[in-house]
Amino acid sequence: MEIIPLPFVALFTAFVLACFVGYYVVWSVTPALHSPLMGVTNAISSVIIVGALIAAGPADFHLSKVFGFIAVVLASVNIFGGFVVTNRMLAMFRKKPKA
Amino acid sequence: MDNFAAFAYLIAGICFFMALRGLSSPATARRGNLLGVAGMVIAVATTLASPGVLSYGLIAAGILLGGAIGTVIALKIKMTALPQLVAAFHSLVGLAAVFVAAAAFYAPEAYGIARDGVIATSSLVEMSLGAAIGAVTFTGSLVAFGKLQGIFRAAPITFTGQHPLNAALALLMVGLIVWFSLTQSAPAFWLIVLLALLLGYLLIIPIGGADMPVVVSMLNSYSGWAACGIGFTLANTALIITGALVGASGAILSYIMCKGMNRSIINVILGGFGADESAAAAVGGDDDRPVKSGSAEDAAFLMQNATSVIIVPGYGMAVAQAQHALREMADTLKKSNIKVRYAIHPVAGRMPGHMNVLLAEANVPYDEVLELEEINRDFSQTDVAFVIGANDVTNPAAKTDPASPIYGMPILDVENAAQVLFIKRSMGAGYAGVENELFFRDNTMMLFGDAKKMCEDIVKAME
Repeated sequence: MEIIPLPFVALFTAFVLACFVGYYVVWSVTPALHSPLMGVTNAISSVIIVGALIAAGPADFHLSKVFGFIAVVLASVNIFGGFVVTNRMLAMFRKKPKA
Repeated sequence: MDNFAAFAYLIAGICFFMALRGLSSPATARRGNLLGVAGMVIAVATTLASPGVLSYGLIAAGILLGGAIGTVIALKIKMTALPQLVAAFHSLVGLAAVFVAAAAFYAPEAYGIARDGVIATSSLVEMSLGAAIGAVTFTGSLVAFGKLQGIFRAAPITFTGQHPLNAALALLMVGLIVWFSLTQSAPAFWLIVLLALLLGYLLIIPIGGADMPVVVSMLNSYSGWAACGIGFTLANTALIITGALVGASGAILSYIMCKGMNRSIINVILGGFGADESAAAAVGGDDDRPVKSGSAEDAAFLMQNATSVIIVPGYGMAVAQAQHALREMADTLKKSNIKVRYAIHPVAGRMPGHMNVLLAEANVPYDEVLELEEINRDFSQTDVAFVIGANDVTNPAAKTDPASPIYGMPILDVENAAQVLFIKRSMGAGYAGVENELFFRDNTMMLFGDAKKMCEDIVKAME
């Protein structure tokens, strides 16, 4: 199957729109939760694992497969670590108990 | 990438946006975090299902290995060490970006970016940018980690010719990227990576330990842009969207931190406190004026006769691990119907939101914790301001003394409270090396000692 990559303009459009949405979404985060914000953004930036999986994917051996495997391990540390530590932080936030 | 995969990646991206949106309040935040996990699962599953990804055994081993390491670290880390953890994690994303860029370089057909081994010029540019930013993020974050953990000196490491050197290296890097994009040469690629690794180190070592909130946010941003660069290289919208989201997030946090210190980001990056000779000359430090100092019993007496108390925590509280003792003290006060609230300065701690997490860990209800804008006016109607482990963020010199290195910084107006209590270990100057006028005022009482012990003693005195 012929894979036709998206033209640069389409990718760039997605990029610009994402920046705008990101701007407004991040400003809506309450300052009290800035640390969990760093935790979550760290975890989701590890979506780079997608690139690593493609590199580690092929059945035959190749140098890039080694690179891919290393990147999979690194990204996995971040994904699990990032979401778990964020969840730990968020679990601690409690309101005043209603008397 | 076929259409189904493209849609799936779009949904993953939307999940990530919703995850951040959930952080608008603690009530929706945990649900948001779960959505983030869902987005990641979708992205990974879609990739695993794509043709060409066949080594499931190897991949599962990698994910399990990394996942186990990450989970164990995240479960065991102390909340006071959170800034170091975040810095360390950023370094991993940076390094992963370098490896993915390298993988794309050596096997471009797997990603569909080459014809007969020739990679498109634009892909080469994107690839080298992704690798460069990733490498800078890697070493920069390691240095930040070292400074936060106390492995490196927190003091800025400067040497003459530093700025011209960094500029020259940056120019050299641009040249290498151009050369690489035109020739697709492997040595050029690795030279770019090496140079970027060096630059990451050089850029972060001149920044002082207390400027780390900005640095960590900045590196957070870079890790996003690195992912973006890889996303363009692989024409993967999930990476581009997510990278932009993370990049924007880090940039906004850096901006907020800089505003909280009233310094421009350039000023922070090119060397913070301590790098400026004239500022060092203006430091007090040997002020011999008398200060009123008191004991835990004095403090207990003062607070028990108050109707309202505002607590101002700072990094010193984290260092002394005093947050639990502090909350016990607050509970004792609340039992006598004294109104207790906490005032958080934007740059308190070593990471944005650090104080809030530490207080939450000590079971302080989050509706008692207020940001500077929300609570600053209330100090003038408050009987006691209890400052524990904070110093520069209360210093009125920021408003009155143009020669002071902290001039212009927004501060918490504790001077307006009827009485101010300061917990400090000794009369030594704070991070900025600036003397705090408040210590010498009549309505200020210094409580010398370890923060944790002092809180515990106050609780005992109140019973």
